[in-house]
Amino acid sequence: MTTIAIDNVSRWFGNVVAVNDVTMTIGPGVTGLLGPNGAGKSTLINMMGGFLAPSTGSVTLDGDPIWRNEQVYRRIGLVPEREGMYDFLTGREFVIANAELHGLPDPRAAARKALDTVEMDYAGSRKISTYSKGMRQRVKMASALVHEPSVLLLDEPFNGMDPRQRMQLMDLLRRMGDNGTTVLFSSHILEEVEQLASHIEVIVAGRHAASGDFRKIRRLMTDRPHRYLVRSSDDRALAAALIADPSTTGIQVDAGDGADGGLHIQAVDFTRFTELLPRVARDQGIRLLTVSPSDESLESVFSYLVAA
Amino acid sequence: MSSLYHPTVARLTYRALLGRRRALILFSLPALLLLIAVAVRLLTSADDATADGILGGFAIATMVPLIGVIAGTGAIGPEIDDGSVLYLLAKPVKRSTIVITKLIVAIGVTAAFSAIPTLLAGFILNGNGHQIAIAYAVAAAVASVAYSAIFLLLGTVTRHAVVAGLVYALVWEALFGSLVSGARTLSVQQWALALAQKIGEGDLITSDVALPTAVVLLVSVTLAATWYAGSKLRSLTVAGEE
Repeated sequence: MTTIAIDNVSRWFGNVVAVNDVTMTIGPGVTGLLGPNGAGKSTLINMMGGFLAPSTGSVTLDGDPIWRNEQVYRRIGLVPEREGMYDFLTGREFVIANAELHGLPDPRAAARKALDTVEMDYAGSRKISTYSKGMRQRVKMASALVHEPSVLLLDEPFNGMDPRQRMQLMDLLRRMGDNGTTVLFSSHILEEVEQLASHIEVIVAGRHAASGDFRKIRRLMTDRPHRYLVRSSDDRALAAALIADPSTTGIQVDAGDGADGGLHIQAVDFTRFTELLPRVARDQGIRLLTVSPSDESLESVFSYLVAA
Repeated sequence: MSSLYHPTVARLTYRALLGRRRALILFSLPALLLLIAVAVRLLTSADDATADGILGGFAIATMVPLIGVIAGTGAIGPEIDDGSVLYLLAKPVKRSTIVITKLIVAIGVTAAFSAIPTLLAGFILNGNGHQIAIAYAVAAAVASVAYSAIFLLLGTVTRHAVVAGLVYALVWEALFGSLVSGARTLSVQQWALALAQKIGEGDLITSDVALPTAVVLLVSVTLAATWYAGSKLRSLTVAGEE
């Protein structure tokens, strides 16, 4: 179990503040580092990877400083965003070289295992220069996994991957997170983070804007109405009963029955509404068929935070 | 495993050096020197002054620094440029080990592509008369060490290492060296020639720097450049995308 602690960290380049007084702890499991382009995600990841010194504050791995401490790389696996990776080697040679640099006792076996994990064994004897972007990304993954690190840092890992490769990588990261590896990946694409990480750290303009389970974050935003899609055995009767309560501010009724119909409900008081809905349905003898939050996506959380 | 030399770093470095297009220059300059030597020898008889002119004027003054630029900057510059150096740095390997290994490879490549052809050309030109071939070959080998260290350092401090290296090699060493006498004291070429002067018989080979001064300067410049390159690599920050 390995933890990265970022403590009151700021980083500036000349007059530009890239990261402004950020404190966060990244523990086992998958964490998504989310923010628009230029928000400071790469700066943070570079500090966690030991390639940038914090201007103030400290970045530590289980208490050990990361900057200028090459021994931390025994525990860290790094998947950089940049493409440069010794194109004149074959994929297998590249991963073996990484294993040798880690001083592993059997570099070939470790490389074979890592290439197997990312399903790149079949192309291991081809030169990296002939690889597609998704293949390069997977070989980068293999090179980061070859020493079985307890922390994996990935900078925009899904860039340039096709949907199938993206799914495979997500599955792999999810498995690693479930097995207790500390996985941190950055992304500016909401659906990626939403699919993979329930725990997010949001960075906006160099500041730590939010942290935690994004559904909980959404719930804390009480000044923004929550939207629900509800289908029931009697939509109109349910609508009439719900609108009578001050926790709802608007209901739109879709014409039709069953799957075609439905209510789009706007609620301002989350807690009260979640108690109200089942009570009203029971009292009126209405069966609820569907209750789904229609905007509790990361996107709405994100646009809210960015606009704030 | 020695703490100064890492075989994997060495393998990656020489494969990068000899695999790229710039390796063509590594092969073409020595080929040109040997071609000139053969042509001169076919047209004229063995002559000490001609041999001295070609080895001193082309091999030592032009070929060695150019090969030094290519091998020294090429041993690290492109990796820093394209970001692949991250795969070396994100490892439990001392940064000084990485720099010293790369320096050893750069010295080896520079010496192989400059000292050996110089020796061969010397034998072709005058059959090593007055020890000229050996003297210039030693000078080339010694200069390889200092050039490699200087240009390796350049590769870690600037993205335009090749240009900066060429400016140093051609403008400083060749141009200023021949115009301003003071500049010659601070010239790797003159330090190396001081050694050649000692080995060569007669007074064909001359240097503006006394041998003790030359040795001290050679050693200290090599050590200082290597140390500084190591400390640059230790605090190498990655240019972010933002």
